[in-house]
Amino acid sequence: MSTELLTVTIDGVPVQVAKGTPMIEAAKMAGIIVPHYCYHPSLPSPAVCRMCLVQVEKMPKLVPACVTPVADGQVIHVHSPEAIKAREGVLEFLLINHPLDCPICDQAGECELQDFVFQGGRANSRYTEPKRYNPVEDFGPDILYVANRCILCTRCVRFMENVAEQPVLNVSERGDRAFIGIDESQRLDHPWAGNVVDLCPVGSLISKDFLHKARAWDLDGTASVCTGCTQGCNITIDTRDDIVVRLRPRPNLEVNRHFICDTGRADYRWMNRGDRAEAPLIREGATLRATGWDAAVARLSALVRDVTGPVVLLSGGRASCEALGWTARLLGEKQLTAAMQVPLGSEEPIGSIPDLALRAERSANLEGARMLGLAGDWDAAVRAAGAAGLVVVLDVHLSDADAVTVAGAQLLVQLTTVADPRLTNAELILPITSVVESQGVLVNRDRRAQRVLPARPAPGMARAAWWVAAEAWAASAPGREAPATASQAFQALEAFGGLSHTDLGFSGRTVGSSPAGVAR
Amino acid sequence: MGYPHPIHSSETPVLSTHFGVHEARTYAGWVARGGYEALRKALTMTPEQIVDEVKASGLRGRGGAGFPTGLKWSFMPKDDGKPHYLCCNADESEPGTFKDREILRWTPHALIEGCAIGALAIRAEVSYIYIRGEYTEPYHILQAAVDEAYAAGALGPNALGSGKRLEVFVHRGAGAYICGEETALMNSLEGRRGNPRIKPPFPAVSGLFGQPTTINNVETLAAVPHILNRGAAWYAGLCLGNPKSTGTKLISVCGHVQRPGTYEITMGLPMRELIYDACGGMLPGRTLKAVIPGGSSVPIMTPAEVDACVTDYEGIAAQGSLLGSGGMIVMDDSTDIVYQIMRLARFYAHESCAQCTNCREGTGWTTRILERIVRGEGKASDLDLLMDLAENMTGKTICVLSDSCATPVVSGIQKFRADFEAYLSGARAPALVGV
Repeated sequence: MSTELLTVTIDGVPVQVAKGTPMIEAAKMAGIIVPHYCYHPSLPSPAVCRMCLVQVEKMPKLVPACVTPVADGQVIHVHSPEAIKAREGVLEFLLINHPLDCPICDQAGECELQDFVFQGGRANSRYTEPKRYNPVEDFGPDILYVANRCILCTRCVRFMENVAEQPVLNVSERGDRAFIGIDESQRLDHPWAGNVVDLCPVGSLISKDFLHKARAWDLDGTASVCTGCTQGCNITIDTRDDIVVRLRPRPNLEVNRHFICDTGRADYRWMNRGDRAEAPLIREGATLRATGWDAAVARLSALVRDVTGPVVLLSGGRASCEALGWTARLLGEKQLTAAMQVPLGSEEPIGSIPDLALRAERSANLEGARMLGLAGDWDAAVRAAGAAGLVVVLDVHLSDADAVTVAGAQLLVQLTTVADPRLTNAELILPITSVVESQGVLVNRDRRAQRVLPARPAPGMARAAWWVAAEAWAASAPGREAPATASQAFQALEAFGGLSHTDLGFSGRTVGSSPAGVAR
Repeated sequence: MGYPHPIHSSETPVLSTHFGVHEARTYAGWVARGGYEALRKALTMTPEQIVDEVKASGLRGRGGAGFPTGLKWSFMPKDDGKPHYLCCNADESEPGTFKDREILRWTPHALIEGCAIGALAIRAEVSYIYIRGEYTEPYHILQAAVDEAYAAGALGPNALGSGKRLEVFVHRGAGAYICGEETALMNSLEGRRGNPRIKPPFPAVSGLFGQPTTINNVETLAAVPHILNRGAAWYAGLCLGNPKSTGTKLISVCGHVQRPGTYEITMGLPMRELIYDACGGMLPGRTLKAVIPGGSSVPIMTPAEVDACVTDYEGIAAQGSLLGSGGMIVMDDSTDIVYQIMRLARFYAHESCAQCTNCREGTGWTTRILERIVRGEGKASDLDLLMDLAENMTGKTICVLSDSCATPVVSGIQKFRADFEAYLSGARAPALVGV
């Protein structure tokens, strides 16, 4: 797209757009959504649903807004009587073979067919003939195809062909007998195949995992970031009554466009764990006793002040920059060895989109830890833990072998979401919030700092790790003041140049220079 | 008697001169009849000269749209460094149309020569003839002729010793009507599902394999050698009064006439003369009820319109229909118009490629309403509904298959409303609706 700007008027609103912009995107800039089904900004446009037909002055026929680039001076009417009648006609056609089983359809409430029919459809159907019927098909590990609901927009076919580059889906048959077919010898099991469920504008491609789990209107959505790997895909966490029931991609053209991988999509059950640490536990002789935060923070502060010998910080991949930075600040006056656990998996690229893959490093904030200088060699850090004066374990699930080593530490503090029963010698077990219960920042592999927001309340007395560390840090010397908010906690970290959460917005911001240019 | 009918005095044989002559199918037989002289001549001409000659002849596309052929060729880019392609549309699937079949069966070399000349005109080396899958006999005859032309050196890397490369490939369709739509044809040729493409880009910019492409009908290309041999002025003179429609047109007449068949007429012949003289008129005791003049996609004509009609592009348009492909369906008073329209709608519902919503759902819905009417279960509101559906199906889709389904419904209801109302009121007994 060139930088040349054209001026067009859409429903009376003048807008300036770059030459080559399709009308449908120009209309968005004018604040007007042209109803559409087949069009999707991350897919090629086939102009087949015929919903986005708009009237353009001096053009004889209605034109599809999704594939028609604007021309300078054009006057476009999205809501002229002719365009409205055409849309009403398409909606009526789409509904004649649609089952209207909204009461048992997972898509209800977030269905584009419902939405546009509600906006501009006929109040009742003139169709009195029999409807087409096709059985439900099992397409893949997590995907069902409900053919009767299908409006043949072909987004799924194009996703598999043009984005995933594994063309297993097709349009089979012709006329109104047509349906989405699948290569008989294959399954819809590409590592990113789950995106067809989100792309489907109706309830035709549905997730088995989410099947009949919740109604869309009962869900609360929260902007967050996937913690499955270093890619940092933007997601929406859907909760129902504070239980996470679904993760969905949240569009971010710089990171994940409109997609997330199936591994990330399925990675939510840990968020609902029932065995969470809920109260600070403080050692009294042979036992651990529940206590309040004042006592716990005072004990932590004293422990750190009095420690002799090296200190080791072992963190899990989901620890936020605030948690890491403030824990390090608390321990920073000591000789600190810090490492972040990085589980490894296979790299699973999406296909045609460069720089988008499920990454081998399955650690969401690895780059953040690196920028803070807290990503040393893991094995060396674990070995050091055996001989350290103090070991702080920050929300990490250790391997059995590592747990044996760490359990041998002289003095152990768990800052954790789930108390590790193998580390029974802990002096303190401090319940912290997970990334879905607190605000924080994670930095992806491209040094994009991205915010997570709380999607559910903290269990019991759990507090954000940065708060615990900062309070202990403030208590350990006079004149120190702990940050009051996560944003202040982030702003205080020199590694990120004083940016606040507001500066990062909801699509993140690249921080620091290239990874290679940062001294550790 | 060779060809199904002897040449009638109302006919003007140009393309059909050698129909029925087996020898004309062979390379030697074709050359003996003046064949490949036009190609020899074209090889000495520049592309512009060929295009100008065809422009001057007034030749218009014989596939249905009637676009001036020379003008179409002139849209092809010059010196763009890309390979160009010529596609010959021999898919001839329009119900009622079988005029290209006769060219393919009897004078395949006329088409091959036309392709070669067309290719020269658009700076292409390769022509593809996309032939209807059901045309088994014509395919074998055409393929044999292509093989012969290669063997004789008329085609190949050194066509007729000119040093120029001219290739012709024959590709068989697989039976889909939609593959006769030019962009669907290209998709099908490329090995894809035969779905029409969005225009723009037009084929002259991005057609077959994404390269500049021109697509012409069989009859159009077969006329080109005659124009080069006998001159544009001669061809332009083949016209009975309307200089916008020149030359001859093959009309395949089927239905309720005494002598159905493919007739070659000079543009402008009164339609009555074609039906009543050349074709022998109605069967004994029958009168004319309706004519679909240009393949099933064009509006139906009443006897009064037929009487007033001259058979050329503008003449038929003046009577509210279209010359189309020249596939004429004649129906006498024994015809159940409503049933026939239902059959046409069912055809389009079957052949819709399923891309566009309006077409996919509209053709099926229209068909089911018409079936219900014919079963005797029609409602008074059905005709208004059919008309409104037709409006929603017209001018709103990628190709015109949807419009083509709406056309006979709209013209049928407008011109033969009484026939529909007879079903709705119960005055006419329900018909058996076959599957």
